[in-house]
Amino acid sequence: MNGQEFALEAAGITKIYRRGSEDIPALNGVSLKIRRGEFVAFVGPSGSGKTTLVNILGCLDNASAGSLILSGRTIFSEQRKLSEAELTRIRRSVFGYIFQKFYLLPTLTVLENVTLPFTFFKKEGIAKDPQEILRFLGLERRMNHLPGQLSGGEMQRVAIARALVNSPDILLADEPTGNLDSKRSQEIGEVIRKLNEKEGLTVLLVTHNLTLAGLAGRTIELRDGRIQA
Amino acid sequence: MNIYQVAYKNLLRKKVRSGLTLLGIALSAWVLVSLFGFNRGYEKALNRDIDNMGFQVLVTAKGCPYEAATLMLKGGTGLRYINEPIVNEVLKYPEVERTTPMLMAAIFDPNKGESGGITAYLGVDPATYPQMKPYLRFRQGTWFTDPEGSEAVVGYEAAELEQREIGDKMLIPEKNVELTVVGVLNRTGTQDDGTIFVPLRTVQKVFEQEGKLTAVGVKIRKEANIAVVEQKLYDLPDVQVVSLVQVKETIMSLISTAKMMVFSIALIAVLIAMLGVVNTILMSVFERFAEIGIIKSIGAMPWDVFKLIWAETIILCLLGGALGIGFSFLLSKITETLIRSLLPYTPTGSLVVISPGLAFLTMAVVLGVGLVSGLYPAWRAARIRPLESIRSEGE
Repeated sequence: MNGQEFALEAAGITKIYRRGSEDIPALNGVSLKIRRGEFVAFVGPSGSGKTTLVNILGCLDNASAGSLILSGRTIFSEQRKLSEAELTRIRRSVFGYIFQKFYLLPTLTVLENVTLPFTFFKKEGIAKDPQEILRFLGLERRMNHLPGQLSGGEMQRVAIARALVNSPDILLADEPTGNLDSKRSQEIGEVIRKLNEKEGLTVLLVTHNLTLAGLAGRTIELRDGRIQA
Repeated sequence: MNIYQVAYKNLLRKKVRSGLTLLGIALSAWVLVSLFGFNRGYEKALNRDIDNMGFQVLVTAKGCPYEAATLMLKGGTGLRYINEPIVNEVLKYPEVERTTPMLMAAIFDPNKGESGGITAYLGVDPATYPQMKPYLRFRQGTWFTDPEGSEAVVGYEAAELEQREIGDKMLIPEKNVELTVVGVLNRTGTQDDGTIFVPLRTVQKVFEQEGKLTAVGVKIRKEANIAVVEQKLYDLPDVQVVSLVQVKETIMSLISTAKMMVFSIALIAVLIAMLGVVNTILMSVFERFAEIGIIKSIGAMPWDVFKLIWAETIILCLLGGALGIGFSFLLSKITETLIRSLLPYTPTGSLVVISPGLAFLTMAVVLGVGLVSGLYPAWRAARIRPLESIRSEGE
């Protein structure tokens, strides 16, 4: 199996937070490999380290130790740490993010929110048509609405569209249904699964919701900063 | 969608706050334009008034520097005289281009107003006075036909006040001399408007002051130094030399104190507006902490975020500046009335001169203030790390 088969290879990821003079370990040497097009759910109790791990895998944070390879390219290792600017460059070319809160700009329309990433960066020739994504997500009639006029499920779908517009290799979803009722959660789960199955998008999902986790091809459980299964 | 459109829409989020900040900037811009306009307009108007007098130096009898003021305070009794040959003495100086002799005379007129008043006559030399003031234009008639005739040329306001037209007869009280109005001047905006001009010889004869003058107007050659000539003229016996440059400097120094005060107020207004901008943008950055983190996670580099926040400041300042400059154009008359009511002396003509160049300069100042005000909030925003901002929102 060569490196290109894997979207992501992490080895010995350790994260230690320092609070005053006390060191608090959040991750203890986590190693894992995720194939291209794989849908992986990270589950575990609060404080187990799942969000910390996904943040490091998603280049939102640096690890205290360990190494990370994205599509065969070493992102960081024991010898090399990334600056904030380097992290930003990797983030915008590799990842799409969705979070529990939608963080849509309230004065921009749905279409403008989805187009917003192009204001800063556009993957020429690869970037998707925002209107096409919105149609794919069932929001074709909401394009000119403001976020305040949408339901929670619709707002999260807009956030997903925004994450997809630059054609990311990996979608990182941290508790994407945390603010939604069970029906809307199911809807969002189906959207993510559809993106994985039809678009071949690699998905890293952090959730407490076991039903949602059940949609993933593989579930990784974390406890006390270590992988359980 | 470009970064300025995003910035503009961000400002619409808190309309009242953005509106109040905009108003603060607009008021500062208004004050700035009006002040700069006043600075230019006042000096221009003063220079124009002084240039319109036609001569830069007035030679009077010692102890009687201001003939008009003396007349106002003492009627016709306090004037002092110099002898007419002094005109030739003055002309001997090579720096002197031309001179004009004048004799001011005043008399109580019981028919003037409700309880009588002083009427003043300025005796002028028909050969030299019109040359000294070539800008004087006539509404009716022209200068005197006879250098010793009983004729009068009436200033615009004097003619309006007494309803005089050419051909009218004017009686000099007590002297039983009738003057015929041969000319009525157009408005000049100077003291000439209220003057009754009579041939010098006639005034000397009627008021029994033959060979006497109250003043000699002296025009200095352009290349000469007025201060040096002024000093030389003091060599003449029993004269006082009043330079209009001195008068101008005295007035300007009086005004400069007022101007300094107004400039200080303007500076404070600009500083307050600047703090308002910093406060508004900084609050907006703190409120959007998580959102800015997300913007960075969707591809914005720190410099992009810096530009976005800076653009918000620039938009506020541009709109506020434009509004303030608009105010200053629309309300310039009110500003002028306010300034006139505050200052002890104001020249005639427009006091506040607002030009496109001045508007541009003010806009540049406001924009400069905006750029500086936006630096700190923009720098703070650019330093936000996505993970920290998302975490802080979750806490």
